[in-house]
Amino acid sequence: MKKLLVLSALAAMLVSGTALADTSGKKIAFSNNYAGNSWRQAMLDSYGIVTKKAVEDKVVAAADVFTTADKEVPTQAAQVQNLILQGYDAIVINAASPDALNGAIKQACDANIVVVSFDGTVTEPCAYRVVVDFKDMGKQEVEQMAKFQPKGGNLLEIRGLAGTSIDDAIHAGILEGVAAHPEFKIVGSVTGDWDQTTAQKAVATILPSLPDVVGIVDQGGDGYGAAQAFAAAGKPRPTIIMGNRQDELKWWKEQKEKDGYKTWSASIAPGVSTLAFWVAQQVLDGRKDIPHDLLVPYLAFTQDDFEAALPKIKEGGVATHEYTQEDAIAAIKANIKQ
Amino acid sequence: MLRGLLPALSLALVLIAIAWLNPRAISYFGFNLMLNLAIPIALATIAQMFVIAGNELDLSIGTFVGFVGCVTATWLRDAPLIGILVLLGSIGVYALLGALIHLRNLPSIVVTLGMSFVWQGLAILILPKPGGKAPDWLLATMSFKPPYIPFPILAALLIAVVVHFGLMRTSYGVILRGSGGNAAALRRAGWSLLRTKIVLFALTGLFGVLSGMALIGITTSADANIGNGYTLLSIAGVILGGGEFVGGRVSPVGAVIGALTLALAASPLLTFMHIPPDWQVAANGAILIIVLAARVLISRRER
Repeated sequence: MKKLLVLSALAAMLVSGTALADTSGKKIAFSNNYAGNSWRQAMLDSYGIVTKKAVEDKVVAAADVFTTADKEVPTQAAQVQNLILQGYDAIVINAASPDALNGAIKQACDANIVVVSFDGTVTEPCAYRVVVDFKDMGKQEVEQMAKFQPKGGNLLEIRGLAGTSIDDAIHAGILEGVAAHPEFKIVGSVTGDWDQTTAQKAVATILPSLPDVVGIVDQGGDGYGAAQAFAAAGKPRPTIIMGNRQDELKWWKEQKEKDGYKTWSASIAPGVSTLAFWVAQQVLDGRKDIPHDLLVPYLAFTQDDFEAALPKIKEGGVATHEYTQEDAIAAIKANIKQ
Repeated sequence: MLRGLLPALSLALVLIAIAWLNPRAISYFGFNLMLNLAIPIALATIAQMFVIAGNELDLSIGTFVGFVGCVTATWLRDAPLIGILVLLGSIGVYALLGALIHLRNLPSIVVTLGMSFVWQGLAILILPKPGGKAPDWLLATMSFKPPYIPFPILAALLIAVVVHFGLMRTSYGVILRGSGGNAAALRRAGWSLLRTKIVLFALTGLFGVLSGMALIGITTSADANIGNGYTLLSIAGVILGGGEFVGGRVSPVGAVIGALTLALAASPLLTFMHIPPDWQVAANGAILIIVLAARVLISRRER
């Protein structure tokens, strides 16, 4: 039956030339391995808003979300296998492990299911990956820092969750940036786990042993904690790169109003989940030219535009950007050009 | 009578619910997908069952499975000889733990909890980032497709029959269970309790190794945290399968069925029920509690 549908869809495409297959009968599932922090909550919210509308507009038949109870790999592998059995046409996935889910992902591909991974991407070649250029983000942090601190000086680096590909990429970008700007020197490095409380504790611990620091390069979710640690120690406030969290931007606004404090903010938008959804929809629509690795820009705010964005972010939330179908098609186009 | 039938009954119940929610899951293809990740869980449950038969508990089985997984995806593929030696050595470590726990009269919960961090640390040392690849022969074994009966069901039957025969039908099996049932009587009869404890822990190590290898054969590559959830699943599986924490009362067939039930109840059932995402985590826990509570209620009524 399914084969017949595929064949008839192919036939229709051949006859009508450019006309694409209809996706109104397609079902897309979202396999998510963790929902326990503000970023993931924002990710699920964005996904819910965009997919609800897509279902109402009859773009797709269903877009269901499945979250695993723990962060375990086998649980998510089992979940993917169940989604195969449920007869979904595509699976959007934020994966618990880049490699260990490949077995299940391959089974999905073999059952003619489109798999699109994002944030926690998978390495199985048959899947699509929506990747944010974290390395460039790290490099850009130092570039921006050079504008605010033209004389250079000592930097403190706050790292993210150890052992993740994201932490590796941002760190590599920061090192590259520092190499291009020899006026900066990283004099200390702490682990903040993308969490304000953890970052505050870590920074407070290393502060007494540090020489004067002009700036902090970090990974988002740690800027406000670092600011609190400096305030508590009574040390002069350095230029802290922010990560789009509501508390961070609020603090920045307060400081700007006080004395014109300047910095820059960037992070991956949780709404990238909606881009992954549209990519899946586009593949189901019959597009064959979509590259399996899609690079998308991160979301950045500057001195001029962050205040406009602040009221839109939920208390304790993260700035996000929800993709429309047109945005997604444009993003795919930008990747084909490269 | 009901007590012995209970594990099978709960499995049937879960299967009926799945068949009702998603009829297409009840097929050769469906069983293959739903149950293949239940094989490593069943093996880990059998491993846990051996220590429980000796009135002990192993809180390190999950991270041990993860450690075995990391060894399997790296050394066992690149340098099979070293890989085999390391795995045999880890079974030896389990045997030594049994001896240590018996000789120093230590609580096994404390010793194995400590060991769980050791295994986790070793796993991260071997494989700091997720990756590696399972040996080809293992991949081929785990994706074996026999005619008519799905491989996971065949494997579950094989595990249940072999362990049932070994532990329930041989005379040394009786001694092993007796070490949990009435240790004083065994000692007076001249049996070495040190030896029974060593054998029980070594068997746990052996089945832990099998579990880790089976898991990597399915997932194709490893992650240091891959087995962490197995500790609780394996204990729940033993209890669901009609075992008791004390008294050497365990059932290998029940344990395998218990593991299958848990694997099905936790994931496929939940996915097919279309529970809103905010409630899925809680629903998973609720199903576990309901299934285990039903088992306790019925076996209490029998007494």
